[in-house]
Parts: sequence; structure tokens; C-alpha cells
Amino acid sequence: MSIASTTALRMRTDWRGWLRDNGVYMAIVLVLVYNAFGTAGFITVDNFRTQLIQAAPIIVVALGMALVIGTEGIDLSVGAVMALAAAMIPLWLGYGPVVAILVALLGGLVAGLVNGTLVAVVGVQPIVATLALFVGGRGVALLLADGQLKAVHNPAFIGIGTNSLLGIPYVVIIAAVAALVVLFLVRRTVYGRRLVAIGGNRRAAELSGLPVRRVLLTTYVLCALLATVAGVMATARLRAGDPSSMGLLFELYAITAVVVGGTPLSGGKVRILGTIAGALLMQLIDATLIKHNIADSWSQMTQAVIILLAVYLQLGRGRRPGMSLGSLLTRSPR
Amino acid sequence: MTATIAAEPVRTRHLEDIAGVLQRHGALAVLALLTIVASIAFPRFGSVDNLSNIVVDQSFLAIVALGMTFVIISGGIDLSVGSVFALGGVVAAWGSQHGLVVALVAPLALCGAIGLLNGLLVARLRMAPFIVTLASLLGARGLLLALSNEGQTTYQVPEGSLFRQLGRDLAGLNVSVWIAIVLVIVLGVVLTRTTFGHTVFAVGGSEDAASLMGLHVVRTKTAVYVLSGLLAGLAGALNAAWVSSGVTILGAGMELDTIAAVVIGGTLLVGGAGSVVGSAAGVLLLGVIQNVINQVGSLNSSVQAVVSGAFLAAVVVLQTVLSRTRRL
Repeated sequence: MSIASTTALRMRTDWRGWLRDNGVYMAIVLVLVYNAFGTAGFITVDNFRTQLIQAAPIIVVALGMALVIGTEGIDLSVGAVMALAAAMIPLWLGYGPVVAILVALLGGLVAGLVNGTLVAVVGVQPIVATLALFVGGRGVALLLADGQLKAVHNPAFIGIGTNSLLGIPYVVIIAAVAALVVLFLVRRTVYGRRLVAIGGNRRAAELSGLPVRRVLLTTYVLCALLATVAGVMATARLRAGDPSSMGLLFELYAITAVVVGGTPLSGGKVRILGTIAGALLMQLIDATLIKHNIADSWSQMTQAVIILLAVYLQLGRGRRPGMSLGSLLTRSPR
Repeated sequence: MTATIAAEPVRTRHLEDIAGVLQRHGALAVLALLTIVASIAFPRFGSVDNLSNIVVDQSFLAIVALGMTFVIISGGIDLSVGSVFALGGVVAAWGSQHGLVVALVAPLALCGAIGLLNGLLVARLRMAPFIVTLASLLGARGLLLALSNEGQTTYQVPEGSLFRQLGRDLAGLNVSVWIAIVLVIVLGVVLTRTTFGHTVFAVGGSEDAASLMGLHVVRTKTAVYVLSGLLAGLAGALNAAWVSSGVTILGAGMELDTIAAVVIGGTLLVGGAGSVVGSAAGVLLLGVIQNVINQVGSLNSSVQAVVSGAFLAAVVVLQTVLSRTRRL
């Protein structure tokens, strides 16, 4: 058989694998092509700027979530951690933005250590371990802030959310730097290799002597720190610390971005570029629906369908041969 | 486990027994203890009025938690219950304008259908329960917004409607409480005494083993999601009868409260172990904690979230340590 025909054969049988790996980019292209013709004023530099600014906090949170999901974990507490940052910034801004941000990061570190200790040392399932902070974290934030929204006036701090460097908004630069750091960690460091190995098969990683606990702990700390950064960004943009609504539902948005971007929930694989694309795709679809005045209800139902479609494409081909949408309603082998 | 008992030292077996009892009935014990202490410390807490308030408040969550218990024991999770609860309430309030039957059948049919969709996607297509039910959380909320005119229309239950009776008292207790009690008993029996219940445990313990034993894995997994959808819808409808309208903002975050209650009640999130009574105790425990914090006048509702979270953390740590003891 010639090389060309084997390639063709591979491509034909691998269409789902290819779609799984690249579907999110294809979807972005489709949305952009649709908007180029169907939506006036969408394909403009100004609009792209707006979309990037809006997506930036979700991208930063999703980067951390991608790492956690890579270890076959999940972090439900990221929204609460963002709220913690929002509560702490106004409290410490009197000492200058640097101090305020450092204190917020310290809070994130503690949150990450709580999650990480429960998961890595005690051995609690990630979803339950992070549920505790999800339930309690926002409460702590509300207590710190006396349950109030606190306006932020420090111009240097607000500048993080509103100013630009060479026409690129600071929030976008922060998100890009965070993405590069995480990408480097995953692809070029021992930590990244270990993370993927642990997510792929924890038992095997343990038996081969990898420091599983330390890697897991680091991962949850990184996730919480990134959530804190997102909280700082959002607080600066909002010009106020609002612990009651900051980061609400962000855990769901971040998980969606990661999954739509092609990272399997079963761990062992981290797709950073896909995660960013996933967050951008959800943002673009949202913006498209808003520009066409399509109601919130439809936008949420659309999101639901996109999530299901993305995960359907991710179903392992090897594990369940012959599984198709049609077999949903016919008798299954079991 | 029974096969190896002869080989195990007696002391280990005792430890195992104590650990097992604590794991299964810990929530009930803490609930009893907390109730007694609170009754002594706060005179208002122990009053019949206050206690029945707690029970009514928690009855809706309890009904939802029963379905979640089945789902979690089977090794799954259902994040859609909060949205489905709210959807059930809105549909019931809308339906009450067309009589009692519509008010009950419409929400149950719709919410059961959402549960069925969850179940089919999870059981047949083997998609991750977390993601499937996350999608239906969004989908059900979208549907709810569409039905309520983007949340602007609040359907009221008509004054003379028979549906309102479901929100009234019957023999001193709210109807929803009676329904919750009956469901705890019935579903407790179903879980522990029927083939279906045993299959749920088997599937949660090891799906592959259950499948090799010839159990109906797909059917059972589908059924638990249908049950969860139905119960969430029923709880929403009862809640609508209680507040006399379909409130669209209710139910947000309820899925996580429910999971917390079920976990506190001793059901393991990895599946294969858990009990209906435990979940009911977990729900009541959350309600009692909330009420006690209200009794201490100087504390606000944020404290309640912190205490619940800390409590949850303590319980899961204890559970994990205990289950390690049992594996000795």
C-alpha cells in the first residue's frame, strides 16, 4: 500500500481523533467566519480587544484548572478563591498595590495548600476536598469584607484593569504571561512530566517513585494562585472588591473551557493551547449571541449543547468501538 | 470481607466495626448531640415552632438529596439538580393555573425527561457524569429562563387552587415534610431490600464486576438519574406550592449543598456505599447548624457558610481516615 493511501485511511478512521484534537480551533474559525458575514462590526480590532479583555480572567483560571484536571482532579473552589482575593485587595490597598496583591496571593497560597493537603496528604477525592472550600471560602471572603462591596480608588491598582501597553491591555498581557509560564511548566519541566504521569496512572507513578504528593500539592497551589491572579484582574477592572458575586460560576466556566479545549477529565493529558481556545470559543459564542440580541436562555442552552458535543467527540475510540449517537436509543450490549 | 474474617486479628475487627458504625451513623450521632446541646443552650431552639421550621426548610433539600444519594452510590454525580429544582417549581406554578394534575404531571414529566437524558448520556454513551450534568445544569437553566420570559415572569399559584394545599399543614406538619418522610422510608427500603437497590450498590462498587455478574448496569445507571431528576422536580413543585409561586432564582448552588449533605451523611463519593437515612441526617444537620448560627444573634449568614465548609472538611477527613482503618 502506498504511503498516500495509508495516510488517507488513517485520516478517515481518525476523523474523530482529529476533531477531538482540533475541533475547538475549527469551531473558532467557524464562529469567526459566520461573524465576518453575519454580524456587522464584529471583525474589528476594537471588538477583538474587548473579547480578549473579557476572556482574560477565565483564561487564567482555566489554565490552573487544566493542570488540576491533568492530574485527574478537579477544583470547585476557584470562584471562592477569586472572591477571597476580591475581599482582601481593598483591605490592604492602603499599603500600596504591591502589598495588596502580595497579601491576596498569600491568601491564594493558603487556599491552595488547604485543597492540596486534603487531596494529596489525606487522600480525599478532589471534588469533595475542593467542595469544602467552595462552601466555606466565599463565607470567609464575606466575613473579611463585612459582606460589602468595597470600591477601590488606588489609580495604580485600577490601572491594571484599564491601562494598556503598546495598545495591548494589561489584563491580556497578564493572561498571556500566565499562559506562557504554564505552557513552559507543562512542556519543559520535570514537574510537567510528573504531572502528566500521575494523571495517567497514579499507582504506576507512585510505584516508580515519583513524588506524587508533592506534585499534587504544587498543582492545587498553582491553581489557587492563578485563580487569585484572575481575582485581582477582575477586581481592578471592576474598580471594586465584591466578594458576593466575584467569580460566581467560574468553576463551571473554567471546567467547560478545559474540556471543550480537548483535555480529558480522566487525566494524563494537559492541553494548554486548547484550554485557551476553549475559553475564547465560549466567549466568542457568547458575544455573537449578545450581538444578535439572542436571549440569555438560548445562550445557556447553546453552551450546554457545545459542552456535550465536545465531550462526545472526546469519547475514547479504543474503549467503545461502534459507539455512536444512534446507539443511544437502541439496545446496548450491556 | 467475610471470607477473610477468620484470618484477621480480633482487635482489627473491632476497630473495623467501630469505624464502620461511625462512618455510617456519624451524621445521625452528631445531629442528635448538636440538637440536645442547642436545646439546652438556646431556649428558643428547642421550641416546637423552631424545630418544625427547620424540618420544613430542609424537606425540599432532603427530597433532592435522596435522588442524589442513589446517583452517588452508583458512582455518578448529578450537578443539574439545582436547575431542575427551579425548573420544576416554575413549571408547577405555571401548571397550577390549569389544575392540580397539570401542576404535578408537567414538572415531573419534564424533570424526569431531563434525568432520562442525563442517564442515557452517562450510561449508554459513557460520557462523564460530571460534564453531562454540568451541561444539563446550563440547559435546564436556559429552559427555565425561556419559560419565564428571561426571568421576568413569575407565575403565581392561583388563590383557590388545590395545588396550594400541598404547601399547607397536615396533622401539624407541612405536607412536604410528610412526603419527605414517606420517601425516606420507601427509598430506604428500595435501596436496602430490593434487587434494584443492590444493583445500585454493585454498580457503584465495581461497574465491570457488576456487568460480568450479568446485572443490568446501563438500565440501573439510567434509572438513578431519572429518579434524581424526578425527585428534584417534585421538590421544586412542592416548594412552589409552599411559596405559592415559581421563583426562578431558587436552586442556584443547590447541587453542591445536596452533595455536601449526602457526603456528610456518610455516602462515599467514589460510590458503592451510603445510606438514605444518612443523607436525611446530613440535610437536617446542615439545617440545624444554620439555625444555631441564627440563634446566636451576633453572627451573620457568612459564618454559616464557613462553619458548613469547615464541617464538611472535617467529615471528609474523618471519612477518609476511617475507611483506611477499615481496610487494615
